[in-house]
Amino acid sequence: MRRVYMDANATTPLLPEVFEAMRPYWTEHFGNASSIHLDGQQARTALDRARETMAEFFNCHEAEVVFNSGGTEGDNTAIFGLLRPGDHFITTAIEHSAVLQAAERVAHRGVEVTYVAPLPSGLIDPAAVQAAIRPQTRLISVMLANNETGVLQPVEEIGKIAKASGVFFHIDAVQGAGKVPFDVRRFGCHMASISAHKVHGPKGTGAMFVRRGTPVESLIVGGSHERRQRAGTENVPGIVGLAKAIELAMHSLEDGTIEQVAALRDRLEAGLLAIPGTGLNGSQTEMMGGPGPSLLGTWEGSKSPNPVLRVANTTNIYFDQLEGEALVIALDLKGVAVSGGSACHSGATEPSHVLMAMGLDKTRARASLRFSLLKTATQADVDQVLKIVPEAVQHLRALSPVAAGTLG
Amino acid sequence: MTEPTTIAVAMSGGVDSSTVAAMLAQTGDAVVGLTLQLWDQTRLAGKHGIPDAPKAGRCCSLDDVYDARRVAEHLGIPYYVVNQQARFERDVVQPFVDEYLAGRTPIPCSLCNNHLKFDQLLQTARSIGASRIATGHYAVNEFDPARSRWILKRPADRAKDQTYFLFGLTQEQLSRTLFPLGRLTKPEVREIARSHGLALAEKPDSQEICFIPGGDYKQFLTAYLEEQGRQIPETAGELVASDGHVLGHHDGISSFTVGQRKGLGVSSPTPLYVLQIDPASHRVTVGADEELATRALRAGRLNWISIPELTAPMRVQIKIRHRHEPAWATLEPAGAGEVSATFDEPQRAVTPGQSAVFYEGDEVVGGGWIV
Repeated sequence: MRRVYMDANATTPLLPEVFEAMRPYWTEHFGNASSIHLDGQQARTALDRARETMAEFFNCHEAEVVFNSGGTEGDNTAIFGLLRPGDHFITTAIEHSAVLQAAERVAHRGVEVTYVAPLPSGLIDPAAVQAAIRPQTRLISVMLANNETGVLQPVEEIGKIAKASGVFFHIDAVQGAGKVPFDVRRFGCHMASISAHKVHGPKGTGAMFVRRGTPVESLIVGGSHERRQRAGTENVPGIVGLAKAIELAMHSLEDGTIEQVAALRDRLEAGLLAIPGTGLNGSQTEMMGGPGPSLLGTWEGSKSPNPVLRVANTTNIYFDQLEGEALVIALDLKGVAVSGGSACHSGATEPSHVLMAMGLDKTRARASLRFSLLKTATQADVDQVLKIVPEAVQHLRALSPVAAGTLG
Repeated sequence: MTEPTTIAVAMSGGVDSSTVAAMLAQTGDAVVGLTLQLWDQTRLAGKHGIPDAPKAGRCCSLDDVYDARRVAEHLGIPYYVVNQQARFERDVVQPFVDEYLAGRTPIPCSLCNNHLKFDQLLQTARSIGASRIATGHYAVNEFDPARSRWILKRPADRAKDQTYFLFGLTQEQLSRTLFPLGRLTKPEVREIARSHGLALAEKPDSQEICFIPGGDYKQFLTAYLEEQGRQIPETAGELVASDGHVLGHHDGISSFTVGQRKGLGVSSPTPLYVLQIDPASHRVTVGADEELATRALRAGRLNWISIPELTAPMRVQIKIRHRHEPAWATLEPAGAGEVSATFDEPQRAVTPGQSAVFYEGDEVVGGGWIV
């Protein structure tokens, strides 16, 4: 069976170039980058080169790049490393659990937490962030792009608010990195976290931008690696893979690849929305009161409906009168990998907290599926999905006359 | 879309359902493993003396899901966990709680079988292209062309007989269900598990109600109601003898079950047992062992399996508890969707809320809920 993978926001495969770049660092150049000898120096050179690439990506100094184990560690570091009892922390209701669970923990330790709710489109209104600021506010953490809906958040506006208020700003850029141009200076953030495996790099490796002078305490202590900001022998093959993946991602933003992905996503979305009883989660426009997102400089806030910007590869669609969980399984057995909601500890599906925060009721949230395309997605992939999904939806609806809304 | 040969196996992570998966995977049919996630074992952890960390071997615990997944991986079959927590709470836990509060002794496993394990599982199975399900229950079902009905029968291993919990299965459900263990004994099942290299072949059987770790109903009720922002309703009342004279007072009817002897809080030269619980007056009647015995039984919310319906008196054997030896009785229609039964010999502790299952030889005639 030809399988189509449309769950890129969960993880992506290594690109062959990434795999090749990493290869020598498992066996041949295995040195510890902290060692004095030649073997160590070879590893150190690889790290320095990777750091240079990452600095270019973030638009920061090389000294502001900290390699770590991935997005969760970055998010945790920003929150645990900066917040102390008595502080106030602003984040949003649509963050990844790496942020939300960390927020819950610091809340138990005397930190006040405000969760800004999104607009129905899935967008965080900068004015709502502004309104949440208090004298004790020490940190704002907002994601660049939402993993469920792909909606790009107005980080540049929020960066300005943070600067004007003297508050630290962290961007969880795990889902946006490599999909839109990234610039920590322009976004005005003090910290940003990314993960390699979301951009066709290896799992277990990530990086964090930490602006010089940001008093963030390291999460992991030990040796004086990463300028004492992250202890533990550097994962040299992983870091080399991350840098290669990021280099390729930056290239993809300029060579037309990302536009191709967007075109495929748009075609997929149009085809899926042609199925009766479906709709897009996160409308494509939003009425905004305050200044709107100007992430890509495409529009400024006004009182008229504005386009809500999304990353190129993601669409989130509800299919009324069926259960998303059953559809995910049925599609998997037909060779199509997609995701619905978030996995709970057992592996069963819970309705997405993101969609619920956007105001969807539980039934519709449970009837929603996320399709996220790899950058290597093809026309044939979309064709196959558009053949299989409508059949599966029709089949499921025919079997479950249970009206939507019977279960809370 | 529908592939008639696909079978969905309900996998709990125990020996029985794992062995079913192994047996079916061998036959060449397409097999998909499904685990129903019914209850979050950590949900009430730490409340009212419920342990912080759930013990192993409970349905829906992470360990059981892990075990089921490992079996599926070992067999090379697709495996999914299906979230049915909302339905389980609505169709099983809440009725259990309400019954208990009303002074009856509910039996959640039958509710779960009717609403979740068969109804919902079949639905899920069909959604994913499987027209039949298989479970690890010890029971036999077969189609009888003469009567043109699906018949449910007691299994080869009488000690493991689970037909008491399966009386609610409809003809449609029986026609789509496989019980591959029905003609095997438990030792044979363990042997098959071993022969398939299943690491959990020696895993002990689970006995308790899956969502009540430790089996302390009262503790569960208190913790659950507290979580729901409710309290155990005030049902304190009189403890009376069967002749009506007041022996003492009790703190609430949910502490009692018919036939209970311990914890009555009154002293007596002869052992006293709970005879009757009146949810309206909160009166709990106690008396001697022999007073527990009764020849009459009434049951409602009926389901018939070997017959279309009961139209005339019928000689059957009736089981009124899981561990009860079926007793001879005459069953008669009693109107309003109910039946009445008269036992040949008085039976001890006929308990409202439990089910009564009617047998004719090995066949399950049908069953209902004792009223």
